[in-house]
Amino acid sequence: MSKTIIEFKELGFQYRAQANPTLYNINLKIEKGEKILIAGPSGCGKSTMASLINGLIPFSYKGTITGSLLIKGTESRKMSLFDISHIVGTVLQDSDAQFVGMTVAEDLAFALENDCIPQDRMKSRIHEIADILKLSTVLRHAPSELSGGQKQRVSVGGVMASDVDLFLFDEPLANLDPKTGKQAIELIDDLQKRTGAAVIIIEHRIEDVLHRPVDRIVLMNEGRIVSDTSPDELLSSKMLSECGVREPLYLTALKYAGVEIDPAIHPSSLENLALCDQHKEKVRHFFIDNHESRDKSSPEKLLEVRDLSFTYEKTNQKTLNDISVSIGKGEMIAIVGTNGAGKSTFSKVICGMETEDSGQILFDGSDFSALSIKERAEHVGYVMQNPNQMISNVMIFDEVAMGLRLRGVPEDEVKPRVEKALEICGLYKMRNWPISALSYGQKKRVTICSILVLEPEMMILDEPTAGQDYRNYTRIMEFLKSLNERGITIVMITHDMHLMLEYADRSIVFSDGRIIADMSCAEVLTNKDIVDRASLKETSLYHLAGSCGISDGTGFVQSFIYYERDNVRRHE
Amino acid sequence: MRKFTVKTIVAIGIGAALFFVLGRFVAIPSPVPNTNISIQYGLLAFIAAVFGPFAGALAGLIGHFFIDFSYGWGVWWSWVIASAVFGCLMGIFSSKLKIDEGEFGVKGIITFNVAQAISHLLAWVGVAPCLDILMFQEPVDKVFLQGITGAIINIITTAIIGTIVCLAYAKTIPQKGSLKEEN
Amino acid sequence: MNNLFNYIEKESPIHGLTGATKLVCLLLWSLAAMTTYDTRLLVVLAIFGIALFPVGKIGVKDISFMLWFTLVFLVLNTVLVYLFSPHHGTEIYGTCTYLFGLSGHFAPTAEQLFFQLNYILKYFATIPFVLLFVCTTNPSEFAASLNKIGVSYSVSYSVALALRYIPDIQKQYHEISQASQARGVELSKKASLMKRLKSASAILVPLILSSMDRIEIISNAMELRCFGKNKKRTWYMAQKFKPLDYISIVVCALLLVVSLTLTYINGSRFYNPFIR
Repeated sequence: MSKTIIEFKELGFQYRAQANPTLYNINLKIEKGEKILIAGPSGCGKSTMASLINGLIPFSYKGTITGSLLIKGTESRKMSLFDISHIVGTVLQDSDAQFVGMTVAEDLAFALENDCIPQDRMKSRIHEIADILKLSTVLRHAPSELSGGQKQRVSVGGVMASDVDLFLFDEPLANLDPKTGKQAIELIDDLQKRTGAAVIIIEHRIEDVLHRPVDRIVLMNEGRIVSDTSPDELLSSKMLSECGVREPLYLTALKYAGVEIDPAIHPSSLENLALCDQHKEKVRHFFIDNHESRDKSSPEKLLEVRDLSFTYEKTNQKTLNDISVSIGKGEMIAIVGTNGAGKSTFSKVICGMETEDSGQILFDGSDFSALSIKERAEHVGYVMQNPNQMISNVMIFDEVAMGLRLRGVPEDEVKPRVEKALEICGLYKMRNWPISALSYGQKKRVTICSILVLEPEMMILDEPTAGQDYRNYTRIMEFLKSLNERGITIVMITHDMHLMLEYADRSIVFSDGRIIADMSCAEVLTNKDIVDRASLKETSLYHLAGSCGISDGTGFVQSFIYYERDNVRRHE
Repeated sequence: MRKFTVKTIVAIGIGAALFFVLGRFVAIPSPVPNTNISIQYGLLAFIAAVFGPFAGALAGLIGHFFIDFSYGWGVWWSWVIASAVFGCLMGIFSSKLKIDEGEFGVKGIITFNVAQAISHLLAWVGVAPCLDILMFQEPVDKVFLQGITGAIINIITTAIIGTIVCLAYAKTIPQKGSLKEEN
Repeated sequence: MNNLFNYIEKESPIHGLTGATKLVCLLLWSLAAMTTYDTRLLVVLAIFGIALFPVGKIGVKDISFMLWFTLVFLVLNTVLVYLFSPHHGTEIYGTCTYLFGLSGHFAPTAEQLFFQLNYILKYFATIPFVLLFVCTTNPSEFAASLNKIGVSYSVSYSVALALRYIPDIQKQYHEISQASQARGVELSKKASLMKRLKSASAILVPLILSSMDRIEIISNAMELRCFGKNKKRTWYMAQKFKPLDYISIVVCALLLVVSLTLTYINGSRFYNPFIR
């Protein structure tokens, strides 16, 4: 029997609602035991590839398929979705939606239940899987009682239960904090070694996936496969930047230092990076040339919080413990920490969505606690992570105008204010469009705009770039930066370490309802203790510095940030 | 009747969950007991119009059952069944609407609202009071007053909320072959 | 989750019954209590229902919140019945015995008071049992039970899905509502009804639209894991019937038989002490 599990031959696909095909002439072969990363910017067709492999196309999404796709030698169109499900196990990006059982055990059993496996065999199989995935102690827990990493392990377990030949992971890192993401990559690696199945990972965060080796990277752009080669080869080419996919940060640093990247230095693995002395010398030079200490002027205080405590009513848990912190006018800062560490609660208390037990909130010198949620919103705007959760009008203009109209601002004043806000956000030309015509990134802009129109001095954004590819990430962040340059204080709640390094002046680290650090991002991301407690990951730049014999790792990271801000970002 | 798919099953489940959350946590009591200014019927009308009578009936039945169940005041079967009847009728009367294909114009709005008004009247002035009398021998005046008040309030809330939701949803559906990237 | 429906995990004979048994018992019991207005049977049902609480190891403290709701509701309804039809009892029992020497539209009659006593008893006959069911049935077992008593597994799973996603949707509603309040949406009683409804839709639109996405993703996830492949499915949470299960069902069935027999003997659903 052939070992080929998936074979695309000249495959093309067009969704029914699209005017143009999404995929063109795809040729790809995946064999048993292979581990493949499919990467590419948003809209490149990688999710469509996933839907073709797991059978959602053509069974759930309609469209026209040309060419052929063989799954274990059979034309996929002649199989049923259920046949395919026994070969391909899919772990979806949204582990909350994939979690259809009421408890962990029930969800793990879901596929077995549907296959009519008798209860006693089902139970022993579930215990076996739970042991492997370290879920035995939480078998009776509901999804709301689990961490993001645990939920994902349940999703993996759910497909493991039915012995598939291929595991398909759709953006496995999207909803995880850096440390959990690292563990997820380790789990996938382990899973493949244990089962001998093939693995396909669909992700645009190449550096994080390469934490464990992959056999090939398939790079896609505009519906075509533009490269299908070993990671070392791909990273040595210019393909990634041409497609708008972010390369590993340590490679960017090497390039800045003038080091030529070629397959011989093993660019795909940070640990096995084979740098010769000449290369290391170049990196050290880069550090010396760009090493500078910049004075941090302490700006006037805008928000000052003293001894803030908050207890979550339902669970009687103290989620904020004597928080004292201040945020200056015109700062752009990041709030980081694990889920449940208190970041979101902190922002909600500031915005008046939750009421503190004790403590003081001063805004611009005056007491904030007397103000209602609506009044506070005129000073501090809060932008939710998912723009779809904030949009309640059909037209862009109305959405932005809503906050003003609800405040009884006369219509002749609403118009110029909305138009001004739209102009700042680059949406003026689209003001009469329906919101449904916008992309995710543009919708995000609309939600920011609808907050901005109230002219707050400060904005808090929850995961402003979650799930965005590099191109969109840069667009959103540059936009926020431009707002910041207009004098608006920006606070970002985030898990994204690139975002911290590249855009935040300072980071406030939460852990278990307390602030455990309040310092520069370079300091945070090079401090092992803080990184560990806040579920972050040390930046690869720090390792690079170490392997080049630079003892001041923090200084190196800081120099990199300054270099990038001064020389690279401003030209984009 | 539309095809009975996994999507319909999920729609029933999520519809019932939404119905429950809206009915249980957003209800504003009106002066007549047993009747709330319940915005969940706007949602139910929408679910029924999009997913059909079967989904409408079951989402109403399960959702309402859970509401009663969670209050612990015993399951008020007559009203639970009336919710299901409303969902079912709404699904039948609005079966010509194609909201899920993005069509919801003036004609759609009129059809939707006529359908919901008739369904509400049949459910609350017809089914609910009759079942009350049958099961509990309650006084006729009382149950009909409750029924009529309920129907009027539900018609108003459904007219506003249901219509807005349908409009917003129809706008999100792309027309066939219409999505094209422009530079 | 379990908080929402007040399931209390304990070990007791009632907890040990299968969900299917309890569901069948609940239906039989409700039917029995619904059919009859016979005072004697209602008293028996009420006492029996309350007596089951210690067996299920459920104390007053566990259900005080729900009891409170029920009482308020009960009082309101009783008052209302009296206000609307002070002569409902007379119509039912066919006699009219004024009490305390009063007469007139709102004057109390023995028949009316007796009817209202029965009305209240009817609550006490059904509610304790429902409460007990709520407290002792694991929501996870609910869907498997429905399937067992003959509901198709697709519909049973809809019920399970509703239970699964209620907390998620509740949380999402809460978040959306907070964000819209910050933008100026008001749901409080200060605003007029029309304004409140419009505000409500400002919250509902994003909630429902994202739920539509959710429906799509969940149904894909379920299909990818073979939901709907076979005509039947097994359940991880299903339990086997034990002798006590059969006994309980028989007892409840008997109650229904008694209820129906009484109706037949009385010639109506009412027990009438006023017949001379």
